[in-house]
Amino acid sequence: MRRRLSAAGVFQGVWSGFVLLFLIVPILVIAPISLTSSTQLTFPPPALSLRWYREVFADPAWLRGFRLSAGIAAMTTLLATALGIVTALALVRWRFPFRKAVYVVILAPMIVPTVITAAAISFFFTAVGLRGSLAAFTLGHTVLALPVATIILAATLQGFDERLEHAAMSLGASRVVALRRVTLPLIAPGLVSAAIFSFLHSFDDLMVSLFLATPRVQTLPVRIWSAVFYSVEPTVAAVSILLIGVLILGLGLVQVSRRLPGRGLEGR
Amino acid sequence: MTRRRPLYLLLAPGALYLVVFFIYPMAGMLWRSVSSPSGLTLRFYARLIREPVYFKVFVNSFEIALEVTLLTLALAYPLAYFLARLQPRATNLLLVMVVLPFFTSTLVRTYAWMVLLGSEGLVNQALVALRVPGAPVRLLYNRTGVLIGMSYILLPYMILALYSVMRGIDRGLLQAAASVGAGPLRAFWRVFLPLSLPGVAAGCLLTFILGLGFFITPALMGGTRDTMIAVIIEQQVEQLLDWHFASALSTVLLVVTAVGFIVYDRVVGMERLFEARH
Repeated sequence: MRRRLSAAGVFQGVWSGFVLLFLIVPILVIAPISLTSSTQLTFPPPALSLRWYREVFADPAWLRGFRLSAGIAAMTTLLATALGIVTALALVRWRFPFRKAVYVVILAPMIVPTVITAAAISFFFTAVGLRGSLAAFTLGHTVLALPVATIILAATLQGFDERLEHAAMSLGASRVVALRRVTLPLIAPGLVSAAIFSFLHSFDDLMVSLFLATPRVQTLPVRIWSAVFYSVEPTVAAVSILLIGVLILGLGLVQVSRRLPGRGLEGR
Repeated sequence: MTRRRPLYLLLAPGALYLVVFFIYPMAGMLWRSVSSPSGLTLRFYARLIREPVYFKVFVNSFEIALEVTLLTLALAYPLAYFLARLQPRATNLLLVMVVLPFFTSTLVRTYAWMVLLGSEGLVNQALVALRVPGAPVRLLYNRTGVLIGMSYILLPYMILALYSVMRGIDRGLLQAAASVGAGPLRAFWRVFLPLSLPGVAAGCLLTFILGLGFFITPALMGGTRDTMIAVIIEQQVEQLLDWHFASALSTVLLVVTAVGFIVYDRVVGMERLFEARH
């Protein structure tokens, strides 16, 4: 009996280790590939060099893509977080009929396969003549980011004691002042998370951008897509490392913001 | 003091936004799938059934989604069991290894696998070094590549779905089973496994539904015989410019996905979906 238990335990440990390696190795492998001196993707790299990073930073097309993606993601963040906070307030505080139906509609863009949403949005913006415009990318990305922001903010608001707001108002604060000076500082970590995940959703989106892009206006993921589609070159590894850097920065900021709950309260 | 009236107004901006930029475009797509210059028609749907190429793509997609679901379940179940038993601090560290790939761009992760699985990639180098017969093996641009790539990308969903259920299972029940004479395997089989089934259902349904609509990985890692629905939708929109047929394909995928999520809601409950993600 004991022997079988330990055999099962060993199997489990080995299997779990294998799966964890399976999860992490592909991401770790990109780093040495991006530092290779060779044009081949041989592993390990024959010698280390920064040539692919130089290549990326010297290529105006990559830089344009990066700037375009960052700009679109910034605007999407503002729009999705603003709409998300208002929607989340309504969902959490207002006990209305058909709540579940409304929930499903708001979360639908997360559930519907992105290729469908992207196709539908591109038909729409092409019909109104906005394909390839900054507005189309931003409005399209916000459709995908809004449910994410709303879920995070709704979860945050659920944990917020509404009576604090009432207390502020009973002490003479107007509704707006109570919201600004009591509620907002307290839900700040949730707001930061919502903003960062909105940003990442837009920054990483390929599908909507692919359908809205024109040969002249291409976001970073669209450029990566065309690069990978035709050849698996190390430039993409360098760009990938930069993308992972943005991701780690974002997730780090989320962690930091969680350490500062209700900072505004004592501060004022 | 607490005037409740304006609260419904708070719902207006978000709802209006989605109606204009999501619902309306989707409605337009549904309409396009049944309309032609000469009036209403079902010919785009008929084409889907009549042309074996497209029918095959649907069969492929179901097969691949099913295979990926089973693969991820086999990979994830022991790991989730292992993670759920550890001390919280150790679990958090290991969960980072699950969550980091989860948030990394699908495009980047797919590229990484293309590098690893190429004919001179790390995996084939290892196989050659180990003198595996037949190595180097073709691992890219075929079904194997698609299965590896998609399993990789969907694995975190499965792990998190299983883990969130297993964490809630009282391990004391296993000790209780042992105290009444059940061996560890029997205790697992009769006590733990049945209790973990809600997680299995949630993980499998989610993986299957998400897998069915996959685009990036099958497009980049698959061969011509592993085309999936999303890939031909993109081809119809971007290369063949046949919006009507693309709309019909999208509508079918949409209906299948909707059915999937209705089942998910009945079996697991929609609320779980949002817990699992954040």
